[in-house]
Amino acid sequence: MSIKILIPTPLRPFTGRQEEVEVDGRNVGEALEGLITSHPQLRNHLFTADGKLRSFVNVYLNDEDIRYTGLQQTPVKSSDTLAIIPSIAGGCCCCC
Amino acid sequence: MATTLSPSTPLSQDEILRYSRHLIIPEVGVDGQQKLKAARVLTVGAGGLGAPIGLYLAAAGVGTIGIVDFDIVDFSNLQRQVIHGTSDVGRPKLDSARDTILEINPNVKVVGYETKLTSENALEIFKDYDLVVDGTDNFPTRYLVNDACVLSGIPNVYASIFRFEGQAAVLALPDGPCYRCWYPEPPPPGLVPSCAEGGVLGVLPGIMGTIQAMEAIKLILGIGQPLKGRILLFDALQMKFRELKLRKNPECPVCGTQPTVTKLIDYQEFCGLRGVETAPAVSAAGALPEITAKDLKKEIDQGRDLVILDVREPHEFQIGRIPGSTLIPLGDLPKRVNELDPDRDLVVHCKMGGRSAKAVEFLRQSGFQKVRNLQGGILAWSEQVDASVPKY
Repeated sequence: MSIKILIPTPLRPFTGRQEEVEVDGRNVGEALEGLITSHPQLRNHLFTADGKLRSFVNVYLNDEDIRYTGLQQTPVKSSDTLAIIPSIAGGCCCCC
Repeated sequence: MATTLSPSTPLSQDEILRYSRHLIIPEVGVDGQQKLKAARVLTVGAGGLGAPIGLYLAAAGVGTIGIVDFDIVDFSNLQRQVIHGTSDVGRPKLDSARDTILEINPNVKVVGYETKLTSENALEIFKDYDLVVDGTDNFPTRYLVNDACVLSGIPNVYASIFRFEGQAAVLALPDGPCYRCWYPEPPPPGLVPSCAEGGVLGVLPGIMGTIQAMEAIKLILGIGQPLKGRILLFDALQMKFRELKLRKNPECPVCGTQPTVTKLIDYQEFCGLRGVETAPAVSAAGALPEITAKDLKKEIDQGRDLVILDVREPHEFQIGRIPGSTLIPLGDLPKRVNELDPDRDLVVHCKMGGRSAKAVEFLRQSGFQKVRNLQGGILAWSEQVDASVPKY
């Protein structure tokens, strides 16, 4: 099953600037796994070392937070859109 | 909340004329305008978001506008902070914002707090206000504003921006979610976007700030549906608004049924920033070899064989560069590292030294021995060596 993942601006450097990535998966976990397999640099931004979704990364299946629908086990269907919504602090730019 | 506001003094003839376009809307009317006049709104930050918030709340006739800001107006602010003008550069933002607000509407009482909002002063400042509009630009203050709003029992009208994208919500209403329900924890410093992904199109804070001003005014008037229990996302490039559900988390540490945060905490520490404010790029491997801009210039003049590696983005390279430097953006370095000769001396730089520190670490792990970080990046080069290289 192929679904669309929306990549937010701050993470686009790790997807070759792509705004959307098509992945296969039966549930949210498989879809995210597909995403980091094709774009390995994202792994550290989305998951902790022990494979848990980071607490400052929110994932929405359509308009619903997956924390309330069964996290990575949430089933997906082909018309669904998965969105990664990072916390942003700006203002303007939190600079290095 | 609107019903708790005390009835205010009547409107003067001048005010009736000034607010006539409000008064003829049934949802506002004289009663609503008096509510606005009696309202006390605190704006945290007089920057990109704070500028339109201040302008519109003032024009709308909000009686008391508090502003917390301790910054000075800089040329690089003017592209978006429309409450300040060119002649204000160098002035405190507070003074500049106050002058602009009083020029728009002399009936407004502006209360300035020329200080950083801290865990020590936040509750004391917040207690004099009906609601807070958050126009800050960093995680510690975002969490501080949120927690102080929850603890004070006043709403937090939130927005945040990034390049072409914005988020907005009304948080900390009595029966609604707070910022921590949405993001229980901030990202660690190493994973927040760096300068390479920074910047903002100037109009964007104008759009998001006016959304905040609108929500603030709706709360004061008690009309319509507040942006509660949902997050509004705006994408300027697609010119699309989307909405996400935002639930109140019963286990939220601040606004949940059994809160564990019952007073303000150390937000620098909470955000992992304690001790690294002055050194944003901390190396796990210890101190990185560095070189100052002046010493680099000396080595170049002495004819030393050097490769100057610029790890910024191409659009930054276009603004200005150190002569003879090679551009490989940090994100491309892993796949282009074979273009570099490990036997030659390498000096790596970015804008301010953060990205280049990461690059130096990566290169050392990749077997490069003779690699140094340019302290303070190209900004230091511009300041200490060649002023013709523009600052940005």
